[in-house]
Amino acid sequence: MSATITAEQVETVVYDALVTLGPSREDITREATFEALDVDSLDLAELSQIVDEEFGVTLKGSDVANIKTVGDAVDLILARAS
Amino acid sequence: VSRRVVITGVGAVTPLGIGAHTLHERWIAGQCGIEAGEAPCADFDPTDAMTAKEARRSDRFTQLAVAACKEAFEDAGWDGGLPYSADRIGCIFGTGIGGIGTLEANHTVLVESGPGRVSPLAVPLMMSNAGAAALSMRNGLMGEVYGIVSACAAGAHAIGAATRLIRSGGAEAVVTGGSEAALTPLSRAAFAALDATSTSGFSRPFDARRDGFVMGEGAGVLILEDAEAAEARGARVLGELLGYGATSDAYHLTAPDPEGAGAAKAIRGALADAGLEPDDIDYVNAHGTSTPLNDRAETQALKTALGKRAYEIPVSSTKSAIGHLLGAAGAVEAVATVLALRDRIAPPTLGYAEPDEGLDLDYVPDAARPLAMRNGRAPIALSNSFGFGGHNAVLCLGGVA
Repeated sequence: MSATITAEQVETVVYDALVTLGPSREDITREATFEALDVDSLDLAELSQIVDEEFGVTLKGSDVANIKTVGDAVDLILARAS
Repeated sequence: VSRRVVITGVGAVTPLGIGAHTLHERWIAGQCGIEAGEAPCADFDPTDAMTAKEARRSDRFTQLAVAACKEAFEDAGWDGGLPYSADRIGCIFGTGIGGIGTLEANHTVLVESGPGRVSPLAVPLMMSNAGAAALSMRNGLMGEVYGIVSACAAGAHAIGAATRLIRSGGAEAVVTGGSEAALTPLSRAAFAALDATSTSGFSRPFDARRDGFVMGEGAGVLILEDAEAAEARGARVLGELLGYGATSDAYHLTAPDPEGAGAAKAIRGALADAGLEPDDIDYVNAHGTSTPLNDRAETQALKTALGKRAYEIPVSSTKSAIGHLLGAAGAVEAVATVLALRDRIAPPTLGYAEPDEGLDLDYVPDAARPLAMRNGRAPIALSNSFGFGGHNAVLCLGGVA
C-alpha cells in the first residue's frame, strides 16, 4: 500500500487534519510555518496520530521537533512511507 | 486585624441560562431549568466565550468555567485589564469530577481502536485542575493557582480557601468558584447505581416526596478582593465573605451523619469565623439536594447550630430550580445568595408542597419573599455545601448597606 502514496494524498490528509486543529484552510500552504499557524506540540501529537492511522507512518517526538513548515511535515511523511 | 474580603464580580452558566443575573431573576420568578429529569445548560455555546481551538482544548467543565469567568471579569470591571500585579492574583477553582466526558470518550477509543488512538489531549482536558489552569492561562493570573476536589462541596471549599488566601496576605485578589459537566452515560449510571439520583425526575428539596437529586451542570465564578485594595481602586462591591467553616463527618462514604453533627459544626465554624451569632443570620441557602438523607440531616444540623433561630429564618434550595451541579453547586449557590442579599429577597424552594415529619423549617414554599430587615443593616446569609466523603463547607455571606 505504501508504494501507492502520493504527495497529493499526503497533502490532502495533512491539510484536512490541520483544519480540524484550528488553522483556516486558506492559511495552509507548504511554506506556512507551524508557528505562524499557531500549531503547537500538542497539535503535532494529534497530527501524528492521524498520519499513523492513514499511512501507517509513525512520527516520534524527535521527528516532530525538527519540522518547521507544513511542507517539512509532508516531505517527512512521504519519505517514511516509501 | 484580619484583612476583610469582598466580592466584586460574579458570573454563572446554569440550567436557567447564561449569566448570574439570569439565574437570579429566573429563580426568583419561580422558573425551573430541569427538563426530563436532568438540568443541562442547553443554551450554552462555548465559542461565545472562546475560540474554536480553545474550545477543542477544553473539556465541557472548563468551557463552562471560562464562560462564567468572562462574565465575572466584566462584572468586576476587570475586563479592561487586571487591577493588581498578576503575581498577586490567585485562582482556586473546584470541581467534583473534572473532565469525565473526556475520560469516557477516550476510554471508548481505547477499547475500540487501541492505545495508539487515545488523544494526547486526554490528560490536559480531564485533569481536575484544568478549570483553574484555563482561568489562569486565559487571564494571565500568576499567583497561587490550583484546583479543589471535594465532590459536591468543592465550589464552597474553593471560595473558603480563596478567602483564607486573601486574609493571609498571600494574594490581593482570587478568582474562585466551581464547575461541573457530568451529564455523561457513566456518571448517570454510577449515580443511579448509588440510588442518589431521582427516579421521578423531580428536584423537591425538603418535600416528603423527594426521592433523590436531579443532576445538572454549570459553573459559578466569583471575584474576591481584599477590601482595602478594592476600595482603593474604586470597585463596586457586591457583598462580603464574612466567614468560612469546614469540617468532615468521618462517618460514611456517601451518607451524611444522620444527626448532621459535622454539618452543624461547620455552620458554627462559619459563624465564629465571621464573629456572628445565630441571631445575626437572615437567610440560609441550603445544600438541599432533594435526597431523603441530606435534607433530613441538614435540617437537623441547622437546628443544632442555630437553635430557635433556625425556625425564624427562610431556608431555600437553589437545587429546586437548577438541580444539583455537584462540584459547581457551592459556587453557583454562593453567586445566587450574593444577588439575593443584594436585592433583600429570599428565593423560593420550588416544588415544595408536602411537609415531611421533622422537616419543619421555613423552606420558602411557592414564591420568593422579601427578607425581613433589622436595624437597617445589610442582610447576612449562610450557604451550605456538603459532599460525598463527609465534606462540609459553609460560607457566611454579607450584603452591602
